[in-house]
Order: sequence, then C-alpha cells, then structure tokens
Amino acid sequence: MAGGLASGRSVAGTYGPVRPWLLLPSWLVIGVFMLAPILIMLVYSFLTKEFRGGVIWEFSLAAYDRFLFDRGLFGDDPPSIEWTYITIFARSIIQASCATFFCLVIGFPTAYVIATRPERTRSLWLFLITVPYWVNLLIRTVSMKFLIRDNGPLNEALIGLGLMSTPLSLVNTDLAVQLGLFYSYLPFMVLPIYAAVERYNFGLSEAAADLYASKWETLRLVLLPAVRPGLVAGCILVFVPSLGAFLAPDLLGGAKTFMIGSLIEEQFKGSAGNWPFGAAASMILLTMVLLVLLLYARSQAQASQR
Amino acid sequence: MSGASVRPAIEVRGVVKRFGDVTALKGTSLAIRDNEFFTLLGPSGCGKTTLLRLIAGFEDVTEGEILLFGEEIADLPPNRRPVNTVFQHYALFPHMTVLENVTFGMLRLKVPKAEALKRARATLALVKLDALAERRPSQLSGGQQQRVALARAMAPRPKVLLLDEPLSALDLKLRQAMRVELKQLQRETGITFVFVTHDQEEALTMSDRIAVMSAGEIRQVGSAQEIYERPDNRFVADFIGETNLLDVTVERVEDGLALCRLPGGTTIRAEAAGAFSVGAAGHVSIRPERITLSRPGIGAFAPAGEPTGTVEHTVYLGTDTQHLVRLDDGSLITARTQNAHHAFVDLKPGDPAVLTIDDGAARLLAD
Repeated sequence: MAGGLASGRSVAGTYGPVRPWLLLPSWLVIGVFMLAPILIMLVYSFLTKEFRGGVIWEFSLAAYDRFLFDRGLFGDDPPSIEWTYITIFARSIIQASCATFFCLVIGFPTAYVIATRPERTRSLWLFLITVPYWVNLLIRTVSMKFLIRDNGPLNEALIGLGLMSTPLSLVNTDLAVQLGLFYSYLPFMVLPIYAAVERYNFGLSEAAADLYASKWETLRLVLLPAVRPGLVAGCILVFVPSLGAFLAPDLLGGAKTFMIGSLIEEQFKGSAGNWPFGAAASMILLTMVLLVLLLYARSQAQASQR
Repeated sequence: MSGASVRPAIEVRGVVKRFGDVTALKGTSLAIRDNEFFTLLGPSGCGKTTLLRLIAGFEDVTEGEILLFGEEIADLPPNRRPVNTVFQHYALFPHMTVLENVTFGMLRLKVPKAEALKRARATLALVKLDALAERRPSQLSGGQQQRVALARAMAPRPKVLLLDEPLSALDLKLRQAMRVELKQLQRETGITFVFVTHDQEEALTMSDRIAVMSAGEIRQVGSAQEIYERPDNRFVADFIGETNLLDVTVERVEDGLALCRLPGGTTIRAEAAGAFSVGAAGHVSIRPERITLSRPGIGAFAPAGEPTGTVEHTVYLGTDTQHLVRLDDGSLITARTQNAHHAFVDLKPGDPAVLTIDDGAARLLAD
C-alpha cells in the first residue's frame, strides 16, 4: 500500500493529482466477494456442525481433527492417521499436475503455431480456441461422458475399425477425469503462452541458429526461457482450477476418483453435509495453493536477483 | 586484378531470390576476398539485406550458388555455416548475462567451457566490455549492446562476419567512433567483414571495397575512390555523394573520350564509361568540387570553348562555398569551392563566371 502511494506520487506531476478513490470499486469487489467469503469460511471451519447442515456457534477443532485423524466410529478410539482425505488430496494434486503437464505439452505447440501464423489469420485461430467456451462447462463435460462411454462414438469407432473387440471402459476412471480436466482447461494454457510467443522476438531464434544452435537447443536455451512468464501463467491457470475442480470428477469419475472439489461440494449439499468440515477442507486447499504460488514467487525473486 | 588468383572468401553465383511475386535479387554474382572489409551499399529495398541473409542462411536461395572458400553452402542451415551475424537490433539473449551471450556460440560448437570462457573474456576485452561481463543486456546502453553483439558474433572465430546495419541504431557521435573501431577490429582479427549499410559515408570510410546495389542488382563494385570518382552508371554517380547530372547527346567518340552536347547547345568533353555510339543519349556526371569557377577575362587564360554562365545563388557552408551557376544555354550546375585562401573566388549572384572542369572529372554514363 505504501509502495503504491509512493509510486503514485511520482507520476502525479505528469498525469495530474492522484485519485486513490478510483481504486475504491476494485477494493470493494475484492473485499465483498473475496476477502469476506474467505474469512467466513475460516470462521466456519472452527465451528461445530449442525445436523441438518449449517453450524452451531461453538468453537471446535473437530473439522480439522476429522480431516487428519481417525478416532473410530464413536470417537473414543486412540487417534490414528486418517488416510481417506489425504488420499483425496494427493489424488487431486496428481490429477491437477497431470492435467497441467498435458495442457503444457499440447498447448505450447498449439500456441506457437498460432502465434507464427500471418497476422490476419491469428485471430481466427484464437477464436476457434475459445469456441468451446461458448458452451457451458457442465454440458461440455456431459458430452465428454457421452463420447467416451462404453457404447459411445469413441468405442464404436475403435471397434468398427477393428482395433478393439470389447469397448474400453473409460467412464468412472482416473483417465476419464484427466481427460475432462485437460479438455476443460487447455485454453487457459494456450492463451497466455500465445501472448508470450506473439511478443517473442524471432530475431533471437535467428541469432541462436546463427550461433550454431540446433533447433532443439534454440527451443530449450532461447525460446522457452524467453516465454517463461507465459508458461508459468498458463501452468498456474490450469493447475489451480484443476485442483479444485468438481464437475469433471463428479460426472466422469466414480467413487474411486473423488477429488477435493467434490469432497467440499458434498459437504455443503443437502442435509448430509458438514459445513465446518467443508470449510476446513477449503482452507487446507487454499493454503496449499498459496504455498505453491509463494514458492514460485520466491524462485522468481531469486532468479531476478542473480 | 591482384586478388584474382586468391580463392574468394565468399562467391555468389547467379543468385536469384524471389519472395512470392517479388524478386529481391535478380541474378547476383559477387566475389568477396579473404580478409576484406566488404560493404553492400544501397537504398532500402535494394536487396542488400536479403543477400546478407542468404549468406547467413536465414533465407533459401531461389536459384544460384553461394560458396564459402570454395564450398557450396546454399543448402546448409544457418547453424552449420561458419559465418556469424551482427544483427541490426543486436538480438541479444535477454535472459543471459553478457558473458553467457558471448560464450553461446562457442558452447554450441562444443568448445570446452573453460576455453570458451577464456575466449569470451578476451573478446569482450577487445571491444572494451570486460568490466560488464556479468550484466544483463537490458542493463547496458545501446552502444554497449552493440559491442556485445559484435563480441558474441566474433568469439566463435567465424570465417566471415556479416554485419547488418549494425550502427544504424546508434547516435551520430557513437556511430562515428564505432566506424573507426570496426575497421580496426577487422584489421586486427583479419576476419572477412561483409557490412550492409544504406549510409554512404559509413561505406566510404570503412570499406576496402563496396558493392553498390539498387533494385536487386549490383550496379558497381570497387574501392571507395573508384565508385566515387569513376562511377559506372548514372545510379552510382547519383547515389554516392553529390553530383551534377546533365542529360546529353553524344556528338563524337574517340579513345574513350566523348564530346557531349547539352540540350542548350554547350558542349562538354567527358570520359565515356562504356561504349556509346554517336547520337546516343547519356548523362554526364561532374562532381561539384571538380569544377573551378573564375571571372571571365581574368587571367585571360580561359581557353575558348569552356562553358560560361551566371552565378545565380551562393551558399556559404563553412569549409566551402556552393555556387549555383546558370549556364548560358539554360542548364543549372552546382560548383563547390573550398574556402581556402588560394582557391577563394569572390563571386556574387549575378556575376558572370567561367567553368573549368578538371581533367577526367566529367564522365559520360548510361542509366
């Protein structure tokens, strides 16, 4: 805040008096729609659950306790580590990482190709990338299920071509969830990388080739470092929503493919829910995401100090 | 020529380059000698940069051959050609330090790291940048970045260094200093330099030889003095320096000398560049500083037949004075007189003047 005001003063001479109140709408939106809900969740995670959903205003660590420890059916056994939720978290992290990886592997070449098209056709390609977004995510995910189900077009094609004799059972597997995540978030990878590659000075690739770098060395030593901010932005934009996704695991997966998003969603749905537990899981998820971002920010700071 | 027996560093044979419907080079042939500072000079769009990029390998030739010390290289990708380029906008790798930039080429050539570092530091010392080895390009001034680009291209010890208008982004003072330095570097290292520029002053001050290009063709190759004093055609005479270009008809030709008639009737004797037949149209080029003005009657020595006219306008330029003279037949000619004591003639607008043209200064040229 102090830094913002200080730098604001420095441009005041050029651009007239600074008007800090111009930021008020932004602060309001952030405060009302982001900070306040998070605070509410934080408070709820330390309350006692009420049976038909909702909370009793009584301080309790039960939600966090339940997340980490198993105390038996009646809660009086000696505590042991509760693996159920940790497994769900681990699976979520693995699924989100894989989705990020596949989006990166597919998204980078895509973005590169688009960014190297003649300027007139670029916007058409970009438009095509965003076309799926005109359709609701729920419908897209259901369609995906339709495509990959046992007697869906994919399996019929495979069998029709004689590649398979029995259908691949994809629905309700981790693979199906992965496919759903990858498909849902691919544009989030393509767009920031496109923006970075589009600004890339291809003269640098020429210079690298001139200095005896092979195509692969040019990519690895010059192009990728130069577009790194775009790669990182894309990875964050895919990883973070994938981690908390619940549509893909709900619709494409089964009981064994449960992810954090679904777990949280379930706690707030209907009367079987447990609001404090859902809030606690949310807080843990949020903490993990922030941790990843923090680590990234630190590595950036070190890189720029070098 | 004396260099004819030596194998050229670069030989371009009948190279044609087309971009779609546009022909950038129309069958160019050229031999660049080893250890030479060779300049491709021409207005923008003349094909000089295209020729350089063809030699570097950034573009493919449409037709023709490019030989590097006798070896055909036109089919090799840029990373397999032992030539390096200094780019117009430097193209330094922004995420690497100066030192990393300079070692880049050597490391790709599998030079051992210690050796590469040693050579990089030596090259940086050569361009007086050794103190800034750990900086990033963004922390350097334009002139410093220019030197890094130079060091980066020279460090792998290329057989030929290609320079694509490397000085055009620098301010005038720096540009002038870099000219001297580049020339010195070329002499010290003995690397063949192929330098592309549209700035004739740059070309004249640095080059051993210059190829003047226009519209995808080489119009003349020669030393600075040759192309300035003995232009082969109207384009070169007009493009290099200042000149009087007069449309003439050829009256008589004898032993390479031609008697040319201006439209108004005045005749001028000129050296013919090439073969001209009597009655043909041509252009006579006379450099303004090769015309001496004097008052008629003074010295009484003015031989008959020298063009006479009236001073129309004078411009004082410090080191010299420019006179615009209207010949008796109506043509306009610019003459330039040094403001040195011995050459000083005090001519004012309206004064009559006799023009004496130095021997060999008038050249009869085709287009």
